[in-house]
Amino acid sequence: MLPRESWGGASGPTGAETDPALVGRPLVRYPEKADLILLTSRPPQLETPRRYFQRAITPNSAFFVRYHLFPIPTRVDLGTWRLNVAGEVERPMQLSLEDLKSKFETTKVFAVNQCSGNSRARFVPRVFGGQWGDGAMGNAEWSDARLRDVLRAAGLKPGALQVTFNGLDTPAAPGVPDFIKALDIGRIMDDPDVIVAWEMNGQPLPMLNGYPARLVVPGWYSTYWVKHLSEITVLDHIFDGFWMAKAYRIPDTPSGGIEPGATPTRTVPITRMKVRSIIAWPENGSRVPARRPVTLKGVAFDGGYGISEVYVSSDRGSTWNSAQLGEDLGRYSFREWSSTCTPARPGTYHLMVRAVSRVGESQPLEPLWNPAGYMRNVVEAVHLEVV
Amino acid sequence: MFGKSRGAVVLLPVLLAASSLAQTVKSIRLPDDNALGRLKPAPGVEVVRQNCTACHSTDYIVLQPRIDAQHWEGEVQKMIKVYGAPISDADARSISDYLGRAYGSEAGGGKQAPARPKR
Repeated sequence: MLPRESWGGASGPTGAETDPALVGRPLVRYPEKADLILLTSRPPQLETPRRYFQRAITPNSAFFVRYHLFPIPTRVDLGTWRLNVAGEVERPMQLSLEDLKSKFETTKVFAVNQCSGNSRARFVPRVFGGQWGDGAMGNAEWSDARLRDVLRAAGLKPGALQVTFNGLDTPAAPGVPDFIKALDIGRIMDDPDVIVAWEMNGQPLPMLNGYPARLVVPGWYSTYWVKHLSEITVLDHIFDGFWMAKAYRIPDTPSGGIEPGATPTRTVPITRMKVRSIIAWPENGSRVPARRPVTLKGVAFDGGYGISEVYVSSDRGSTWNSAQLGEDLGRYSFREWSSTCTPARPGTYHLMVRAVSRVGESQPLEPLWNPAGYMRNVVEAVHLEVV
Repeated sequence: MFGKSRGAVVLLPVLLAASSLAQTVKSIRLPDDNALGRLKPAPGVEVVRQNCTACHSTDYIVLQPRIDAQHWEGEVQKMIKVYGAPISDADARSISDYLGRAYGSEAGGGKQAPARPKR
């Protein structure tokens, strides 16, 4: 890529000096992207720096990138790209982007897209897999056709049970399972916010975020948000492909967690996101002057109920104060929060943040564990050196 | 940190080549593999390079936690049985041995298995 020397010093702006999850992870710039934290280069996986999570909207250029297989699509011709709708439908369709734009009502939704394995590098005991810090997530306003409108236009046959989604990415070797995901019919038809999106934040999708169109499944982890969407197939049975039946599964327990280091007896597909909050500012280990106000900032989100409260503690969780919430952009969105405190004396302060959803779900003080490193949502802390 | 020196930032060539043939084509060019993903020199490293990099860059390997050799062997078997990697039995043994030695729990450097994050 570049001589090793060129990477030197990249630890500064990534936060690697205070965050073990980011050690050895340079900032890189990929097409249509700002400087992001490299996880892997082929297929590319790029992480959003923490400072972006001070704001509810993640810019397209800073949005994280995650692929499973190589090669990935790097060239798309809208002249030949079609979204094929087939299977258990009355009228199979091959829709061009123009068809999608002209034939279906447009809708918009702010929704968080978070990788199931976001923060996997923080699991103890450690687990194999993409060693993400906390930046495998982002929030955008996604727009365009409701998936249920597309399916209604095709006409579901009686007995339609699940729908599979495939993208333009295809594996290099014949034995490698193609990345195909499935949703139940009810998940789609009952939810007007499950959409086929060709715009995020009012712009066409960047190539690395799924150009020309991707699935948006608000409230659910991004494994379902199939990029470069090209095939929608309605099934009269439950899909048993690798990426549903073997991968992206969590222990079948109420929390999705098990005893650290153990092996689950039964598993189910991962679905809805857990409530979570992030301290985006100040950085862990920051030095701040005593008797001056410091404003903590970050975002909170959950799996689709919306955030009702965010609490901040400066005494290791003994007492909690309500943070101020930013604009409500809908129940699937990041919600900005901020809280100003004035440290009275020099010393080390541990600041913690905890969100509560509208149905009362909150975050654990001790992390949940599972062998794939999914769904991390433990209460986070940063320490400040007050001088 | 916002506004910190950008000298540390690595800029790769941004190639958003608009096609000269048609307005309907969008294409990008990806950078090369991450040079920091260089594998440790040890017996078997060539076998790893030949087999593993057909499908992924070596940063997939070097960023993994230092877990024991048995788990590394499991990963190699997963690549073969689950992902269909065409790797011979002899090469699979060499790869497992290399990974267990170079990136296992006994190996030095890199990210240690029990490192408990601060936040």
